[in-house]
Amino acid sequence: MEHDYYRSAALSLPEAPRVFAEQSYVVDIPDQHKPRMGSCGIAGCINIDGSLISGAKIEKMITTMSERENGLGSGFVAYGLFPDFAEEYCMQFLFESEEAQELTEEVLGNWVYMIKDEKVPTYPQRSMNPPFPLVWRYFVRPKKGTEAYIRTGLSEEDYMVRLVMSINDAVPGSHCVSSGKDMAVFKGSGYAREIAKFYDIQRYKGSMWLSHSRFPTNSPGWWAGSHPISILDWSVCHNGEITSYGVNRKLVEMAGYKCTLLTDSEVVTYLWDLMVRRHRLPVTAAAFAMAPWYYRDIERLPDEERRLANQLRITYKEAFLNGPFSILVGRSEPAVTMIALADRKKLRPLVMGVSDDGNSVYAASEECAIKSVQGDASIWATRAGNPAIVKVGEGIVRRGTEAPFLGAIG
Amino acid sequence: MSKRSENMMIDAGMRNDLGHPLDYRELNRRIREVIASGEDRLVLMNVMGQRYIASATSNPRMRIEIHGTPGNDLGAFLNGGVIEVFGNAQDVTANTMNDGRIIVHGNSGDITGLAARGGTLLVKGNSGYRVGIHIKEFEGKGPNLVIGGYVNDYLGEYMAGGTILVLGLEVEGSPVGLHVGAGMHGGRIYVRGGLEKHQLGPAACLADMDEKDEKVVSNLIDQYEQAFNIKVDRSVPVSKVMPLDSRPFRGHYDSTTI
Repeated sequence: MEHDYYRSAALSLPEAPRVFAEQSYVVDIPDQHKPRMGSCGIAGCINIDGSLISGAKIEKMITTMSERENGLGSGFVAYGLFPDFAEEYCMQFLFESEEAQELTEEVLGNWVYMIKDEKVPTYPQRSMNPPFPLVWRYFVRPKKGTEAYIRTGLSEEDYMVRLVMSINDAVPGSHCVSSGKDMAVFKGSGYAREIAKFYDIQRYKGSMWLSHSRFPTNSPGWWAGSHPISILDWSVCHNGEITSYGVNRKLVEMAGYKCTLLTDSEVVTYLWDLMVRRHRLPVTAAAFAMAPWYYRDIERLPDEERRLANQLRITYKEAFLNGPFSILVGRSEPAVTMIALADRKKLRPLVMGVSDDGNSVYAASEECAIKSVQGDASIWATRAGNPAIVKVGEGIVRRGTEAPFLGAIG
Repeated sequence: MSKRSENMMIDAGMRNDLGHPLDYRELNRRIREVIASGEDRLVLMNVMGQRYIASATSNPRMRIEIHGTPGNDLGAFLNGGVIEVFGNAQDVTANTMNDGRIIVHGNSGDITGLAARGGTLLVKGNSGYRVGIHIKEFEGKGPNLVIGGYVNDYLGEYMAGGTILVLGLEVEGSPVGLHVGAGMHGGRIYVRGGLEKHQLGPAACLADMDEKDEKVVSNLIDQYEQAFNIKVDRSVPVSKVMPLDSRPFRGHYDSTTI
């Protein structure tokens, strides 16, 4: 089933990269195909007072780091986007064909009440590789109270997760890229500047933005596989490789998630949803499970922390993300929150910044992304495996330099 | 004369025809042009993340002043001259530096001084993870890295030679993280303010300071004080980290001796 995506004409990986990898010693490669050193770039910004940020800001942040990407994927996510439909789930889709849309709408009709639907305006760029997907969004409410709903025995959120998983898994050519309240994901295959223009990112305003520019290492660059990868209100932008993917995938699949995006990064999204929403772990505890300390360092923690640390390592050993990563995580329940986390050995870059007035907080792969939009920002770096947490209405809850579990115990 | 003064300053924030900031390739091309023209002083304004700035500069009289945030690999393969940054430097500053001097009036990011083999790097503030990873020395030529504040884990990892000094100014407790000198087999790390044994990585050990060490540290502090116009309190004790052995992993992977 998975391999259908590879063959799919509409959203397949352009052939060029494979060719120039073999010919990298040739001098006269067209400039746009020159092999470039790179890595993923991540950037995020959030206003603590909840005031809205134009998409132009995040576009500038991520494109400042354009040296990192190679044009095989980019994306944006905005929170606080639909104040008029804040109570409805916003399901945003990439359709490869009109048949895919029809089939999807048929499925949606069985599962949810459609409050509103609209075409997401897109502006295909000359420099991008066609064909382009049809982008559509639906504001929906689960059909609670119906016999089918009750028979599932699921909570409202889990019901929505199952709906998304079912469509992504079973409806050919239909990809639900975001399904949370008051947020939406805009992503695709292309450079960050192209994707920003494709969706006209500057038309949107949100209280928090995350973005990603991609340099795929071990998975194909394609529309639905770009970041942010989102389920419910969670979204994750990831720079790195999850070498423990097999183990992590086993854990999330046993919990009902389906991995359909052909990339290691999607397990990270499902792990956050599983641990924090379903298992109700505090964010710091979930972060510790993903990027745990060495046992010999755990030994030096005070009693209570040591017990918790050991329990987390044992209980969630399959949630341990081995390999290099730095991630930006967004959510809107209960408040719009940005989480920035680097792996336990700090093998990928991550810096934070806060504006002089303390209201705007930033996270990015490189300091220049922050300084390009906030010249007066003061910069700090989070510690390895130590999450920085910023919440609308509350401020910087953690800087990512504190002792583990601060605020999670007692 | 007019050409001379025009060349002395490059505005890296200048927009190109498409409205993008100056590309790093274009910026570096212009820098090389200035250097080739025989100028020995250059000011870069509004630098915003452009990479590889002044890499492989060789003119020992060259002096490059950077305002803004230079990108990764600042001064890579530097072979002579002075780079002075008024702001923070990003990751991989002084990558494989061979000679010359880099002075950062701010913080520097991860892997500062990666594989350096000569020259001097002075950072006024803090630095990140893996500072001085795999630096080396040969026949008396080696790099000197001085960090004014704190550094994070894996300081001097796989270090084969050279000198690192962490001053810990305005830092409470030890100014270095965990796994200090992990896998080191040459060189020396000085930590002003000290460190605990558990902070050492495998293959590293604490050693007593001798007269020669005191001289080396004193000389580096002199350079730091001069560069940043700061007085460093010299009464704070300095700890020395040394490799246990010149071949710490002898026999670990292959029993055959070379």
